[in-house]
Amino acid sequence: MRLNPRFTDKFVRAALLFQALFTVSILVFIVFIVFVKGAANITPEFIFSYPEDMGRHGGIFPAIVGTVFLAVLSIALATPLGVGTAIYLTEYTKESTLTRIIRFGVESLAGIPSIIYGLFGFIFFVIKLKLGWSLISGTLTIMIMVLPTIIRTAEEAIKSVPRNLRMVSFSLGATKWETVTKVVLPSAAPGILTGIMLSVGRAVSETAAVIFTMGSSLRLPTSLLDSGRTMAVHFYILAREGISLEKAYATALVLVVSILLINIVAYYTMNKMIARYN
Amino acid sequence: MVSAFSSLLFLFIIFAFILGEGLPLFYKVGAGKIIFGFTWAPTKGFFGIFPMIISSYMVTLGALIFGAPLALGCATYLSEYASRKMKMFLKPALELLAGIPSVVYGFLGVVYVVPLIREYLGGPGFSILATSVVLGIMILPTIISISFDSLMSVPQTYREASVAMGATKWQTIYKVVLPAAQSGILASFILGMGRAVGETMAVIMVAGNALRIPMSLLDPLRTLTSNIALELAYAAGDHRSALFSTGVVLLIIIMLLNFIANFWVKRKVAG
Repeated sequence: MRLNPRFTDKFVRAALLFQALFTVSILVFIVFIVFVKGAANITPEFIFSYPEDMGRHGGIFPAIVGTVFLAVLSIALATPLGVGTAIYLTEYTKESTLTRIIRFGVESLAGIPSIIYGLFGFIFFVIKLKLGWSLISGTLTIMIMVLPTIIRTAEEAIKSVPRNLRMVSFSLGATKWETVTKVVLPSAAPGILTGIMLSVGRAVSETAAVIFTMGSSLRLPTSLLDSGRTMAVHFYILAREGISLEKAYATALVLVVSILLINIVAYYTMNKMIARYN
Repeated sequence: MVSAFSSLLFLFIIFAFILGEGLPLFYKVGAGKIIFGFTWAPTKGFFGIFPMIISSYMVTLGALIFGAPLALGCATYLSEYASRKMKMFLKPALELLAGIPSVVYGFLGVVYVVPLIREYLGGPGFSILATSVVLGIMILPTIISISFDSLMSVPQTYREASVAMGATKWQTIYKVVLPAAQSGILASFILGMGRAVGETMAVIMVAGNALRIPMSLLDPLRTLTSNIALELAYAAGDHRSALFSTGVVLLIIIMLLNFIANFWVKRKVAG
């Protein structure tokens, strides 16, 4: 039997609409549940007090501090490295075997799953370099993990800076380095910032690579060699070991809200970048 | 200049250390006994990870079966039917959701999916089915975003030509737009699979982590990634090496997937 094409057309349209709505509603449902179940347990004490009894009572202050330390430190280390790589790839070389090899390296790093970073960080930083389960081991591991994101977004941003801006700078007698630092980088800044914000989001939401390098101490980390836990790790332990469902939902809410905010900033800066040159 | 080589250096030391820790055991015990061994009792000298390899494949495939049709349908609707305004709103919204930590997906899987399966289908609930559903949902944003981009990059003239020849909208999509975007869509599936294979914490939460080859969709399982994460904290000696050997196998699988995805994207550029 042959179906009437017009009927098929209408049917498919409805079916695809249903699929789209279904997909979106699953994802909206996830956020909705976290908000509804978490909001009931969020109080100022929860944010600013210390956990008691493994997190069954009290708040998540050390986990928030741990998360901020880890994210800020790892991004602070990864940004100069990543932007430096991007500048080298776009401004100082032509396409060659060398740049292809570097790009291959960046792509490969991007494809490695986080548990492998966890394994590596554990054997290299924690055991071989004897840094132990500490903020510094976690920071260095996450730094490597977010590097590809920063390199790729910075490269795109630098490439999108119009050529004539560089020409004008050269014609005014600026050196290559002056052109890069005073003309190219400021113009590419919003795009670079997008990569940085996306990387912060990744550092905040990561669990597998953090738990084996930074450990899961509940105390407030006060030095680079202290162990600590991030919100994601805290949430994982609360949920997996069934310590407290309410606290788990509340932690999830803080976590999800931070990540959504970070990603919104990332998109906002990216749109600014696109608007500037189109 | 120096910083440009940092990523190559990092890649090198990562491989050096994972292989350095993982490979010796392959010689000591024999690669066959590890890759095709059925028994994992690392403290007694049995390092078989075959059930975990099978489990990883099964849940990855399961995730694709759940996630891919939904995601592709969603991407097709967004690119071909949705209004400009809807596109402008939904695309970033979906991408924002890609940032939700995987542990949150895993937790909601435990709270909602697992009991549902236990109640209506039997078994412990922690199962291939539950893991596939959770992973399937998790890879939705990845697949939607990349296949949407490749659908949008199909030139508008293709669609106009097809409609001008009397084809209906669906005939145009099915016979012209989808084939034209094929390589990008396949690449999005492969990248989604990569995310599913590599996922660890969410899988630990919903998989049940049993040490055998799952025989039904309702059986619990343990994947390569969860094997590493479950035991790394207390493993020592050959046991620890065995976890790195698991990592080596996982790395090889991931590299293969990425290679295939790259190959498809390159072919698109060449053709």
